[in-house]
Amino acid sequence: MRKMLLAVLSRVLQSPAAAAAGGKTGAISEASRVMVASRNYADFANEATFEIKKCDLHRLEEGPSTTTVMTREEGLQYYKTMQTIRRMELKSDQLYKQKIIRGFCHLYDGQEACCVGLEAAIKPTDHVITAYRAHGFTYTRGVPVREILAELTGRKGGCAKGKGGSMHMYTKNFYGGNGIVGAQVPLGAGVALACKYFGKNEICLTLYGDGAANQGQIFETYNMAALWKLPCIFICENNRYGMGTSVERAAASTEYYRRGDFIPGLRVDGMDVLCVREAGKFAAEYCRSGKGPIVMELQTYRYHGHSMSDPGISYRTREEIQEVRSKSDPITLLKDRMVNNNLASIEELKDIDVAVRKEIEEAAQFATTDPEPPLEELCNHIYFNEPPFEVRGANQWTRYKSAS
Amino acid sequence: MAAATALRQLAPLGARLTRIPPHGRAAGRLLQQQQRRGLRLSAPAAIQVTVRDALNQALDEELERDERVFLLGEEVAQYDGAYKISRGLWKKYGDKRVIDTPISEMGFAGIAVGAAMAGLRPVCEFMTFNFSMQAIDQVINSAAKTCYMSAGLIGVPIVFRGPNGAAAGVAAQHSQCFAAWYGHCPGLKVVSPWSSEDAKGLLKAAIRDDNPVVMLENELLYGVPFELSEQAQSKDFVIPIGKAKIEREGTHITLVSHSRLVGHCLEAASVLAKEGVECEVINMRTIRPMDIEAVEASIVKTNHLITVEGGWPQFGVGAEICARIMEGPAFNYLDAPAVRVTGTDVPMPYAKILEDSSTPQVKDIIFAVKKVLNI
Repeated sequence: MRKMLLAVLSRVLQSPAAAAAGGKTGAISEASRVMVASRNYADFANEATFEIKKCDLHRLEEGPSTTTVMTREEGLQYYKTMQTIRRMELKSDQLYKQKIIRGFCHLYDGQEACCVGLEAAIKPTDHVITAYRAHGFTYTRGVPVREILAELTGRKGGCAKGKGGSMHMYTKNFYGGNGIVGAQVPLGAGVALACKYFGKNEICLTLYGDGAANQGQIFETYNMAALWKLPCIFICENNRYGMGTSVERAAASTEYYRRGDFIPGLRVDGMDVLCVREAGKFAAEYCRSGKGPIVMELQTYRYHGHSMSDPGISYRTREEIQEVRSKSDPITLLKDRMVNNNLASIEELKDIDVAVRKEIEEAAQFATTDPEPPLEELCNHIYFNEPPFEVRGANQWTRYKSAS
Repeated sequence: MAAATALRQLAPLGARLTRIPPHGRAAGRLLQQQQRRGLRLSAPAAIQVTVRDALNQALDEELERDERVFLLGEEVAQYDGAYKISRGLWKKYGDKRVIDTPISEMGFAGIAVGAAMAGLRPVCEFMTFNFSMQAIDQVINSAAKTCYMSAGLIGVPIVFRGPNGAAAGVAAQHSQCFAAWYGHCPGLKVVSPWSSEDAKGLLKAAIRDDNPVVMLENELLYGVPFELSEQAQSKDFVIPIGKAKIEREGTHITLVSHSRLVGHCLEAASVLAKEGVECEVINMRTIRPMDIEAVEASIVKTNHLITVEGGWPQFGVGAEICARIMEGPAFNYLDAPAVRVTGTDVPMPYAKILEDSSTPQVKDIIFAVKKVLNI
């Protein structure tokens, strides 16, 4: 009943945004006051309890809880973050097709629930490392959209001053962005070793894909992490395809959560942000308790192909992509949950969409107008904390200066 | 004797020497004692130390100095090190600081790099650098390039060390020299010690350096004693990375070398001195960044250049030195083309007679000198 009333009012009123604002600060017009009465934020629930899918367990007696509480505030934040990542990736797609972004560009749309859910499960003082499909985590770890897009377009305002590109974005407690498939896994265990060494109760999330899961160095890392009880969560983002090779064609065992063998594991619905969050919390507590590493498999999906040079339909069908979009889209799932449980209204979420689009547009504007890095920047940062020295250019007469 | 007891305690643990020479503070005390009694010492407390013990001292001192420093590798802890370089360190510092790894080079090298990114200062030992090939992706793509890719946000203060190049009778898969391979890559520093002083000073400098450093030691040098000056015995003694050392001054020809072959060059120089040829021997000490200025300054003096290395000739360290000399001011001072003495271009054979012809001998260096000087 309330929903019908709201729908009628939203059609009648000209400026839903103003009316929504009126709800907070005082009515602007009679119509707005009516709107206020019906759309008072006190009408929304503060929180709701949700049933989430049970995780498949390996060497674990108990798994994460199958119910979880999400507050309105949390929901809005997850929604906004996921939507921002979605639109940022779609904008990157656009810029790539316009040839403003070059080289590699591996897009994360469809997988938003993974990075948002995991970030919600850990602390900013924890550590994260992932592979090349990294834009989502770069954002959730704190790099602004404009710096991500400017890095993709190779400008000096990029988070790596334009010198890293899509696969090499870093920030505090986020170690990239790694181009060599699987190499980030031992690195992540090393970060976890440092966490244990320093004794500050921090952990490291070490992510890799279903393709990387067959790398030998990952098994070397499992062994050492388990031996030394490193506080490392190994997370396989299984999006069903390693480039163009489906999991069935690449792995003798596609139960990636079991591949750690002696390391306990859980398989999680990676399209449900709450499922990811609960599993993340469970795994984080496991690691922090000193029991050693744990493996998590997030079952997720990417809408784009492997990279921008892959249309993504030669090894999978359009129907499959469409089916996931319509039945399992993480943003839609969250939206439906929030609206159906009175945590937010469709209009409010639409407002967020509008705000997000605006932010992305501004960021893209920055990314396309910011100047490229100056030539003086070419040879800087070869070394860390080093007095300046000379670097040879294309011939013996071309010399550059390198500063740290 | 109280002094002897004190000295025994100060020596590296498990030293096989029966009579331990005085060093460090003990040497100072002994000197004072002797001076009070009217005795004179000939040299100010320089002592003979093997390369092995020098490396051990360096590790011990740096582990003590900075809590973030730790050592990992195969057999470094309970075995005391495959070549006994880390003898006694596990007993002294424990599991947290000295870590035995499984045989997983790619895995533990990556773990070491990750630990460095997160603020520790690992020393990652490869049992020999031949095995580093299994982990070379982590050394180059993860360690060397990260500072640049992150525009200076993430430093990687790691040391990769271990024996490099030919040993004796270990054949093809265990004898390769990696100086040219690692020296090729920007973002890395590569050092190659010869004497005990080099080993100690460069290892300490490498550990204190905030960048990834590859330290190419040599197994055949581990047991060789060298004089360690009093200055070099100090806990703060470091050798600057990127600076070569003139081991022997000369006027007729410049011999540039690194690692074990510096010794061969000095031997060749003393043989040639009897025939009136004075060789200047330069110990490069660092492969990258290369101190080409030292070589240039020497050529201005001697007008002739020979590079001497153990590695294969094609794309080797000597090739790089010659190319740079050609490009620089020293070219105009050369009276003859620069010449390289290198390992033979063949996988290392096992039979001794063949092995002897696969790595430069002193006679090869002498022969090259005479060719260049046309005598």
